[in-house]
Amino acid sequence: MTEPTLILLSLAIPLLGALVIALTGANKNLRDSLMVVSALLVFLTVLSLLPSVSAGGRPAISLFEIMPGLAMAFSIEPLGMVFALVASGLWVITSVYGIGYMRGAHEKNQTRFFACFSIAIFAALGVAFAENMFTLFIFYEVLSLSTYPLVAHKGDENAKRGARIYLGLLLGTSIGLMLPAMLATWWLAGTLSFQPGGILQDNVSRGIGAVLLILYMFGIGKAALMPFHRWLPSAMVAPTPVSALLHAVAVVKAGVFTVLKVSIYLFGLDYLQSLWSTDLIMWVAAFTLLSASIIALQKTNLKARLAYSTVSQLSYIVLGAMLANQLAVVGGGLHIVMHAFGKITLFFCAGAIYVAAHKTEIRELDGLGRKMPITMFAFLLGALSVIGAPPLGGFWSKWNLMLGAVDAQQSIMIAVFLLSTLLNIAYLVPPVIRAFLLAPPKDDEYHTKPGIQEAPLFCLVPLCITALGAFSLFFFADPVRSLIESMFVSVR
Amino acid sequence: MTLTQQLPILVVVVPLFIAPLLSMITGRSNLPWLIATITSALTFLIAVGLTGQVLANGELFYELGNWPVPFGIGLTIGPLAAMMLLIITGASLAGLLAGKRSMEVELGEGQPSLFYACWLLALAGLIGITVTGDAFNVFVFMEISSLASYVMVANGPNRLALTASFKYLVTGTLGATFYLIGVGYLYMMTGTLNLADMASRLEGISDTLPVLMAGGFLMLGLALKAALFPMHAWMPNAYQFAPTPVAIFFAACSTKVALFVMLRFDFVVLLPNLGAHAEILSSFLIPLCVAAFLVGSAVAIFERDLKRMLGYSSVAQIGYIVLGMSLVTSAGLTASMIHFFNHALIKAALFTAVAGIFLRYGSARLDDLAGLGQRMPLTMFAFVLAGLSLIGVPLTAGFISKWYLIQAVLETGSLGILLTILILVSSLMAVVYVWKVVEVAYFKAPTEPVTRQEAPLALQLVLWVLVLANFWFGIDPSLPLTLSTMEASTLLGAGR
Repeated sequence: MTEPTLILLSLAIPLLGALVIALTGANKNLRDSLMVVSALLVFLTVLSLLPSVSAGGRPAISLFEIMPGLAMAFSIEPLGMVFALVASGLWVITSVYGIGYMRGAHEKNQTRFFACFSIAIFAALGVAFAENMFTLFIFYEVLSLSTYPLVAHKGDENAKRGARIYLGLLLGTSIGLMLPAMLATWWLAGTLSFQPGGILQDNVSRGIGAVLLILYMFGIGKAALMPFHRWLPSAMVAPTPVSALLHAVAVVKAGVFTVLKVSIYLFGLDYLQSLWSTDLIMWVAAFTLLSASIIALQKTNLKARLAYSTVSQLSYIVLGAMLANQLAVVGGGLHIVMHAFGKITLFFCAGAIYVAAHKTEIRELDGLGRKMPITMFAFLLGALSVIGAPPLGGFWSKWNLMLGAVDAQQSIMIAVFLLSTLLNIAYLVPPVIRAFLLAPPKDDEYHTKPGIQEAPLFCLVPLCITALGAFSLFFFADPVRSLIESMFVSVR
Repeated sequence: MTLTQQLPILVVVVPLFIAPLLSMITGRSNLPWLIATITSALTFLIAVGLTGQVLANGELFYELGNWPVPFGIGLTIGPLAAMMLLIITGASLAGLLAGKRSMEVELGEGQPSLFYACWLLALAGLIGITVTGDAFNVFVFMEISSLASYVMVANGPNRLALTASFKYLVTGTLGATFYLIGVGYLYMMTGTLNLADMASRLEGISDTLPVLMAGGFLMLGLALKAALFPMHAWMPNAYQFAPTPVAIFFAACSTKVALFVMLRFDFVVLLPNLGAHAEILSSFLIPLCVAAFLVGSAVAIFERDLKRMLGYSSVAQIGYIVLGMSLVTSAGLTASMIHFFNHALIKAALFTAVAGIFLRYGSARLDDLAGLGQRMPLTMFAFVLAGLSLIGVPLTAGFISKWYLIQAVLETGSLGILLTILILVSSLMAVVYVWKVVEVAYFKAPTEPVTRQEAPLALQLVLWVLVLANFWFGIDPSLPLTLSTMEASTLLGAGR
């Protein structure tokens, strides 16, 4: 098959998948197996595009022009390839996990849930492959809209309120800030396509460029820069597979991916360095990074803590982009992968704990390591990876980011990274300590039953796979890094 | 002359002559509906033919009875008029096709034939305003369509329809009177009623007081008819209490016809002959437009009745349209006219969905609509899609409108940045009021168990055709774009 066909196929399969899921909703087993098959197919299709991209190719296809020069078009560059691989690969695992979780937790409306999930993956891949800002924007909005029903899934007042904040902030920032930035870019530069070296430097004065940067960075609400981060904790009312794949991987990473794309391909790193607002955004990111960690410390609900941890980790990537040198940007790209594996493991574990033991608060985790040793060990691995400790994948991305900060001579930022690592330890390690070292509560129904009680295999196997992934990425980080670095090599 | 050359007059005459014949049918049967629908379909086909001719050959002229203009009456169909014809006839057809069941239910005891006769008269009147090149003819057709629409609104299922219709009547009559006074002044000064002729005869006497007075009266009268803020109060009322199919028809086109006349007067007659007209237009209308879309959207957020909410949303949308006009630039005019077309598509789709909902629930109040997403999944999904177009999400027609409007606004410099921000704020408010409906429909637990009960098939078909059109013209906007740019260049060409 030709490459353009493969691109279209990788977008069409999840969309058709959603339709198939909706139609076969009556037969649960058929529906779920078809979902896993479609997830696998998508992953393989995306994977089959990898050789050409890593050889320096840029598979591309233009669908149609809405206005002269404004096309719905796709083109795959290394960063998009990495993001697409992560999103589609982890979707396979999450779909398996989702089956176990949704059945184990007896959730209603599973068909709607899985169908929307499929559409969300379609949108995430569209964001990854977008050739221009306009196409990216469309898929970005589809992603916001298709995940709304997932967040509001439970349908009670709490879920509705959370979903309202979720959609309001994401649509609000994108329409209120990103859209005008995009319109102004189009008006000033006459194009919206992502080009190496950027499209703005020759057309836009520094002053306007600086304002545009602010609009873009806050407009990309999915990157959760403060003060537009509230949607992410609100989204935690969703069932855990959603939090795992979407709010640790697809949606939030679509946000920081867009940040990187905009920085590299619209502004260009050199131009970015010359803007005054780059520093401003860098400081906002540093502030977000630290204060979100501190908030995470105070959260007693496991998922809420993980959510604020995500807010903090996303700012690593934004900060990396704002350091505006190759090392830091590659570090940001790596962090998309590393954090994805670490955080999805943590969420999977939180979900498994909920399914098996119906526990959601951190203080309830006491002694849980004896009942769910595998889950809690996986949790430890995920936590260490997010902290950035060797020998786990998270080490490399933080390493690169710090090298980038050194390269940019931002000594304060190095201190910020270090301080935040300490904070990461402070909020991620205690749950593990509680689980393994403290005695279980005396009169707890769950703990009085003898023996090991792990979550169903459908939940357990996926979380083991992702934990192993986080571990092995320490040893196999190099292929990923060289792939990301190849985006700075001029196109063949 | 061949039949194709007679199309400009046929499009008016056909519904105008069939209406009185229709009113003679007595008794209750499907026949009046059938005749009205066939007539409406016929005019739609004629409109399509006319649009084809305009696209191929440019503006069409037709002299009634072969009397040369200005002695006889001349019909002119330019690109915008062709677009208006498509909108009017299309909306009428959609309303009739989708609304058959609704009208059976909502009309109650009355004579259906009389109602449908009024429908055809309104149709003929609106078409007449669009095609004629004569200022007094516009008044006559305006009265025909208005009188018919008062009757149609008054036929609503609730007795409050009577007061709504009365408000509509008072405002409409005021508007028409002001318009007539304006035309009177111009006739006094020029001795002609043909618009093009009027423009050229005014050249010697431009900037005189009567012309200025005429301009004022015309603008005011037409703004009343067009429900431009703050003269909009009649409109949400009329939409709320009118039978829903009537709302489909009128929401898509009736106020736009007044805007169409306003455009013609502003750019053909007044702009070349009033030195300060461009400035007056901008400084007077831009604040009103901004207020229109901000207030309209804000009120829509707090409305609990779906029809009324959409009515206030129309107030906001009219603000966008007039904003484009009042920039007095080619880009602004284009944006404004594109929104003529796109807004018609959006509102027709939304009101069609509401017609379906009203038919099943007997109410369009948000409080009554819990469980709507399960009871009528297809209808509600279509409503959401059309709502996205109203918000202006990419790939929908609404996005094209916003895109062109913002580009046009940005051309004006620093004021443009402020206006862009305000437009975006208003778009965000649209998100809020559309989403309010979504929440009630999908996430509010119904009090009693729901069984699936979709709207009638015909309504579904019309609804989905309209929704798909919203996406079609969001992806390939070439038809409205071509017509709008053609018209913008003629209008500004005439003025400069």
